[in-house]
Amino acid sequence: MINGISINYYILLSAVLFIIGAVGVMARRNSIIIFMCIELMLNAVNLLLVSFSVLHNDASGQVFVFFIMAVAAAEVAVGLAILSMIYRNIKSIDTDLLSNLKN
Amino acid sequence: MKGLLVISGLGIIAMLAEIFKFKKVLLPLVLIGIALAYTLNVFEWNTPCDISYFSNMIAFDKVAIAFSGIIIITAFFWFILSHNYFEEDSNLVDHFTLVLFVIVGALMLTAFKNMTTLFLGIEIMSIPLYVLASSKKKDIKSNEAGFKYLIMGSFASGFLLFGIALIYGATGTFDINLISEYTSQNAANMPMFFYVGVIMILVAMSFKVSAAPFHFWAPDVYHGSPTLITALMSTVVKTAAFAAILRLFMIAFSGISESWTLILAVIIALSLVIANFSAAMQSNVKRMLAFSSISHAAFMLMVVLANVRSNLSLNAVIYYSLAYSLASIVAFGVLHVAAKNANGNENTDAFNGLAKKNPMLAFCMTIAMLSLGGIPITAGFFAKYFVFTALIGTSFKWLLVLAILASAIGIYYYLKIVIAMFYQKHDGEKTFELDKPQAIAIVLSTLAILVIGVLPGLIANMFKM
Repeated sequence: MINGISINYYILLSAVLFIIGAVGVMARRNSIIIFMCIELMLNAVNLLLVSFSVLHNDASGQVFVFFIMAVAAAEVAVGLAILSMIYRNIKSIDTDLLSNLKN
Repeated sequence: MKGLLVISGLGIIAMLAEIFKFKKVLLPLVLIGIALAYTLNVFEWNTPCDISYFSNMIAFDKVAIAFSGIIIITAFFWFILSHNYFEEDSNLVDHFTLVLFVIVGALMLTAFKNMTTLFLGIEIMSIPLYVLASSKKKDIKSNEAGFKYLIMGSFASGFLLFGIALIYGATGTFDINLISEYTSQNAANMPMFFYVGVIMILVAMSFKVSAAPFHFWAPDVYHGSPTLITALMSTVVKTAAFAAILRLFMIAFSGISESWTLILAVIIALSLVIANFSAAMQSNVKRMLAFSSISHAAFMLMVVLANVRSNLSLNAVIYYSLAYSLASIVAFGVLHVAAKNANGNENTDAFNGLAKKNPMLAFCMTIAMLSLGGIPITAGFFAKYFVFTALIGTSFKWLLVLAILASAIGIYYYLKIVIAMFYQKHDGEKTFELDKPQAIAIVLSTLAILVIGVLPGLIANMFKM
């Protein structure tokens, strides 16, 4: 129990956010939206870690969240750089156009 | 541990090369540094196993040292092999730094003791690789490979993190030894979401070693990336990701093995079938090697299934990783040279008549292909033999049958290249020379394959029975 709310609700909320993110990555075709969905997945994890951290009265979960934030920022920086490179080459960021790799 | 520190330092020094203008001596410097890291790594073999660093974040026990050794050796050969790949490119220093940090991440993955280090190791290894995979700026194929790798890599990291969070929720710790202790004490009343977490981690790690059904990114990424970066992915990265799986499932989750062994067995079976049938149908050699690496991942995962920290299976897996890494280095090295001489053609016909053009190269490629296929006197034979021996005492004997059938298909597509080299005619019958360092790297790795193939005891008795 955290502030009178059962931990199950926190797990449920994170799981729902995570699934929305995961479905978004698989279903959407715009690269920027795919990045946003990945961020959503990572933030669902952050929420879950913080709530467990409060539940266990243990700070290490919150420290882990800082690591995730830093790494997510690095990942998006690299991702946007690759994306701008792709845009320069094909003038689009639609993932349907990225199908040059075939046997 | 000292090896890890030396290579991290090397990465930082490499970044300074542009400012202080010692770009010319950077490659020798890096090679010396890697050799130093290897020596320090070997000397750590006899230290007590329970020394851990950074408040229990990382610990180099014997398994970690053995895997680090394999990674450092492959990295050494890789740097010699790729010396002129670096010269062609203007951003020499960036490439060196990125590759060195890939190795740092890989070494962290072999030795993590805490879920934090696992996550950081994976990311330190992967983020530079996303950049390297897309490092041909003007080539849309390379861009696409980097982009796909990035999306799939972060997607898998999301699963890994969700799994870690659920396990943290159930056990209240990130330390893999404490997780294992907690699960063995409270085996009866672990909450349901703990098992969900374990399965999510298993899925994420299968993404990272590209085991079916989570393998679909691998052929595209291997195909689009520059050939030498593909070589790095299929050797260093694969070994490290595999070492991480081994550590996770043999330490943290060994107590609850009944909840994941069946799923792992299905993953292995799917990988064997899908990878071998798809590889037989590829005409692009890089794609073929990508599927072959999926099938080799399945063989290595069999050891995780087999058991649970017995010395027999540890020996088997160390031997397998070394044999596979050496053969991959040779295969990608020869492919790099052959494709360059065939104007960038990476299909099987790029190898046509190679035996006439450069017999030495053709010989090395033949040994590498035989080793990947598991034919005797090469290391690949004993690698498969040891894995099968480790598996035979378990209840998964049906996997053994499947694996033997799969390796039979494997021989077909490996020999396709050998046949192209020796029997196919090629119009331009001119010979070509390859430069010395590349020749040295390829020949040395080939010799190593033969030596550990003839004398498997050199590696296979590392952990005493």
